[in-house]
Amino acid sequence: MSWLTKIRDFLSRKETVISGGGAKAIEKQLAMGKLTARQRITAILDPDSFYEYDLFVEHKCADFGMDKKSLPGDGVITGTGTIMGYPVCIFAQDFTVAGGSLGLAHARKITKIMDHALKLGIPLIGINDSGGARIQEGVNSLAGYGEIFYRNTLASGVIPQLSVILGPCAGGAVYSPALTDFVFVVDKISKMFITGPEVIKTVLGEEISMEDLGGARVHTEISGNAHFYADSEVECFEQIKKLVSFIPWNNRKKADPYPPKPPRTGRDVEKIIPVENNRPYDVRDVIKAVCDDSDFFEVQKHWAANIVIGFARMQGQTIGVVANQPLVLAGVLDVDSSDKAARFIRFCDAFNIPLVTLVDLPGYLPGVDQEHAGVIRHGAKLLYAYSEASVPKITVILRKAYGGGYIAMCSRHLGADFVFAWPSAEIAVMGPEGAANIIFRAEIQGAADPNAMRREKVAEYTAKFANPYIAAANGHIDAVILPAETRDFLIHAMEISAQKTETRPSKKHGVPPV
Amino acid sequence: MPMSEELELHQLILDDTVYATRFTRKFAQHKPHQPVNPGHLRARIPGVVVSVAVQPGRKVKRGDPLLILEAMKMRNELLSPAEGVVTKVYVTPGQMVTKGELLLEIE
Repeated sequence: MSWLTKIRDFLSRKETVISGGGAKAIEKQLAMGKLTARQRITAILDPDSFYEYDLFVEHKCADFGMDKKSLPGDGVITGTGTIMGYPVCIFAQDFTVAGGSLGLAHARKITKIMDHALKLGIPLIGINDSGGARIQEGVNSLAGYGEIFYRNTLASGVIPQLSVILGPCAGGAVYSPALTDFVFVVDKISKMFITGPEVIKTVLGEEISMEDLGGARVHTEISGNAHFYADSEVECFEQIKKLVSFIPWNNRKKADPYPPKPPRTGRDVEKIIPVENNRPYDVRDVIKAVCDDSDFFEVQKHWAANIVIGFARMQGQTIGVVANQPLVLAGVLDVDSSDKAARFIRFCDAFNIPLVTLVDLPGYLPGVDQEHAGVIRHGAKLLYAYSEASVPKITVILRKAYGGGYIAMCSRHLGADFVFAWPSAEIAVMGPEGAANIIFRAEIQGAADPNAMRREKVAEYTAKFANPYIAAANGHIDAVILPAETRDFLIHAMEISAQKTETRPSKKHGVPPV
Repeated sequence: MPMSEELELHQLILDDTVYATRFTRKFAQHKPHQPVNPGHLRARIPGVVVSVAVQPGRKVKRGDPLLILEAMKMRNELLSPAEGVVTKVYVTPGQMVTKGELLLEIE
C-alpha cells in the first residue's frame, strides 16, 4: 500500500467517525435548538486548540443485534485543549449517535480522559447529552457509570470539575454532574432527573412535564442542583470561560492573578447601606464597590438568594465571596442558604481561594418547616465548612451580626484570620427590640405606659449593645474600620496572609454533617 | 433573565424587629403547619384505593382495617388509628389519591 492509499484510508475512516450519527441525526439535533457535540467543544475551547483521542474506539456488545451496529466514537468525543490558554480535558456526549447512550466503551473513553485530567492536574469539562444507559449492554453500562462516579470522587478537590448539561441527563447519569463542582444548564435544553415523568405517572399517578420536573429553571431555582443558568448554549459557554478564568488548574496551584483594577463604582460604600438595621439593600452592590473592576461572578444566583456567593478579585487575586443578602428574607440563614454557602466554602478551600465574608444577618429563619427540614444538620454544614477551611479567611461585619448567625458567618471563633467591623455593626445576641422585651419584661409590663417604657429600654439596649465596641473590647474583632477603608484592609489582609499555613490534626477525613 | 423572582418588599418579623425584605419563592409558598388530627386518615404515599372496608356510621376499634391503598406495587392495608365512629369516607375503589389526601374521618 502506498503512502497515499494509507492516508486516504485513514482520512476516510476519520470522516466516517467525525460525521457522528449522520446528516439526518445532526439535522434533528440542530432543529431542537442544540449544537452538535463537536460544535460545542469548538465553541468552548480556544480556536484550533482541540486534540481528539480515541476516535476509533468501538463497543464490543454482540447482544440484541448490536454486533451489526457501528456507533461512531461510541457516542462520545474526548480530548484536550485550552480555554484562554488554560489547559483542560473535555468530553462531549454525542446525542446523534444512539442518543448519546452510555455503553462500556463510551464510559471507558470518559474515564480515560478523567484519568488524564487527574494526572495532568488540569480541569475537566464534561458535556452531558445522553438518553442514559445503553440498555443492550446491560450491567456493563452500569459498570461504566460507576467507574465515572468513582473518578469524579477521586478528582474532587484535586482538579476543578465542570458539568455542562446540554440535553437529557437522566437516571444514574445525573450523579456524575452531582459529584462535580459546578453544573451549567441552559433553558429549554437541559433536563435532569432520577426518574422521568412516565415512571412518575405509572407509579404515583402524578402528571408532570419533563420541563417542570427537571428543566433548567427547576434546578436553578428550586433544587439548587445547577450553579449557572443561561438562555442559550452560547451564553453558557461564556459562563464556562469566565469561571475558568477565576479558578486554578488544580489544588496545588493558586488561580492565575489578573492585572489589578480599581472598582468601577467609586468608594462611597457606606451610601449603599441604610443605617436602620431593618431596611434592605443589595449586598452585591457592596461587593462590587470593593472588588476589582466591580466584576462579581455570582454562583447559584437564583437559589437561596438570601445568601450571595461568587468569585471576584482583589488586586488581581481571586477571592471567594460569601455575603448575607438583606434584600432577600432579611439575609437569614436557613437550610438552603447554609447548604449553598458550605459547598462553596469547601470548593474555595480545596482550591486555595481566600474567603471574604460580608456579614449582615438577623440570625436563623424560624419555622416548623425549617426545623423539620433539618436546619440543625444543614446549618451545621456552614460551621463545619468555615472551621475546616484553612485558606485566608477575612470577615467584614457590615451591620447586624446577631446570635448564632454571628458565630456561623466566619467569626473569629471559627478561625477567621481577620475580622473587621464597620461603625454600623451591631454584634449582639439579638436585635434591640427582642432583647429589650426579654431583659426588661417586668419593667415594661409593670410600667404605667408600657409602650413608652419599651421604647426607652430599646433605646437603652441599643446604646449599650448595638455596636461593634463590646466585641472590639474583647478582641473578637480586630479593627473597626470606615466603610471607605474596606478595600484597603481586605487587600492588605490578603497580602499579609498569602503564605498562611495551618496545621490540623492528622486524619483520614472528617465526618461533616453532609 | 425572566426568573420568577419576587421583587416586592414584604415584612418579616424576627425577634420583634420588622424587616422590609423580599421573599424567596419557597418562603412565599410555604404552608403554615397544621397540627395532625388523629381522626383524619390521610394517604402517606400517592396510590390507588383498591377497596374500602367501612361506611359512615361504622364503629371501629384501633387497628381495624379501613381500606386498601395500592402504591409502589404494594397493597397497603390502612388500619384505624383510633377507636371511634367513621363519619366520612372521601374515596371510592379505583380512585387515585395524592400524598397527604384525606381518605376518611373518624370521630
